Amino acid sequence: MRVERLLPEGKALVRQDGLETVVDISLVEHAQPGDHLIIHAGYAIEVLDSAEAEERLKLLDEAGARDKRPDSA
Amino acid sequence: MSSASPERALAAPWLEEIRRLAGSLDREVRLMEVCGTHTVSIRRAGLRSLLPENVRLLSGPGCPVCVTPAGYIDLALSLLDQPDLVLATFGDMLKVPGASGSSLSSRMGTGRLRILYSPAELPALARAGARPVVFLGVGFETTAPTVAAAFLQAAREGIRNLYLFTAFKTVPPALRALLADPESRLDGFLLPGHVSAVLGLEPYRFLEEPGGLPGAVTGFEPLDLIEGILALLRQIAAGTHRVENSYPRVVRPGGNPRAREVLAELLEPEDALWRGLGSIPGSGLRLRPPYRALDASARFGLPPVWNSEPSGCGCARVLLGRLEPEACPLFGRGCTPESPIGPCMVSSEGSCAAAFRYGEVRA
Repeated sequence: MRVERLLPEGKALVRQDGLETVVDISLVEHAQPGDHLIIHAGYAIEVLDSAEAEERLKLLDEAGARDKRPDSA
Repeated sequence: MSSASPERALAAPWLEEIRRLAGSLDREVRLMEVCGTHTVSIRRAGLRSLLPENVRLLSGPGCPVCVTPAGYIDLALSLLDQPDLVLATFGDMLKVPGASGSSLSSRMGTGRLRILYSPAELPALARAGARPVVFLGVGFETTAPTVAAAFLQAAREGIRNLYLFTAFKTVPPALRALLADPESRLDGFLLPGHVSAVLGLEPYRFLEEPGGLPGAVTGFEPLDLIEGILALLRQIAAGTHRVENSYPRVVRPGGNPRAREVLAELLEPEDALWRGLGSIPGSGLRLRPPYRALDASARFGLPPVWNSEPSGCGCARVLLGRLEPEACPLFGRGCTPESPIGPCMVSSEGSCAAAFRYGEVRA
């Protein structure tokens, strides 16, 4: 879930798949708009590490591209 | 392997290496996950059928509802004998039978049972009236900080009618117990993703000591699980046992210090009784002395919890990886998610429920 906006009292407005909801971010006080949060029972418990997430996406892109080559096994 | 997606393309060489490593080992390799969400993900993805015959995935005591002793349900039900008391719980506790056979669902419609999505709802629920509100604290280190945050907020607001009936459990002491159990015969642990997001890697370091086992903190996507299994097989083949982080996009080595701080403000370790594993030192969480007045057990004079298994139910052995769900004589024959006999079939994260919903045949 992506943080849209920080709200008072340790809350944030988050969005996923076009739906908006409010979650408690008092356990991840450094969360900022644009961060992706890991949510458990209405509380953010961690902020996704964007560099690590992009590393995985890069691996997927490379694997997908490799697989599309006509000579791929 | 035909590759309909980048995920499959990325998984193919990993699965190939898993097959090669497993082939080089020439014996059965027993890997245990200790996380209900892993249990469901593995079954839903049909992962077991992708693995070599000699690699066995076992579900350990990672479903919080399943490891909660039956006596806890009876005690929770007995709280409703208190006039006007409101019991608040996550929905997955509703259908779990107590030792008496009754479940909380039998009290639906009485207006005294509140099903919560989030502990954040607790302060408002308690503020809404003078009635005592007791929250059933069931879960691991992922859930406990969220409940602690809600209780601390209520305390700051001066709310005095909110109580905790704790059955919280912590994962590392259970791993120690499994490590010491000669019957488990495990070769490695897929360590829980979200519990580890809170704990970090340090609480698992005992796995690196002599007599320890390989461990890999693992995420929940099929690719994550394949990556974690590969990490364990590489260690097993190399004869090492380290704690690895195969889920670095979520789990920091130091975990979430703020979540642990909030947890430790409200709760402290105590010995706890697990279904299947019995009493494990330091594996539960009780209220710290400044907050003991919030303890439902003391406030309402509850006796200690006890274990009791429904007749013929294999849940306790399933939780230890000693019995495959499908091998339980009740599985699908009298015990189904619609009509469960034991908690492993009740909780959506239970090994038996996952096996029933996503039943697969090995290739």
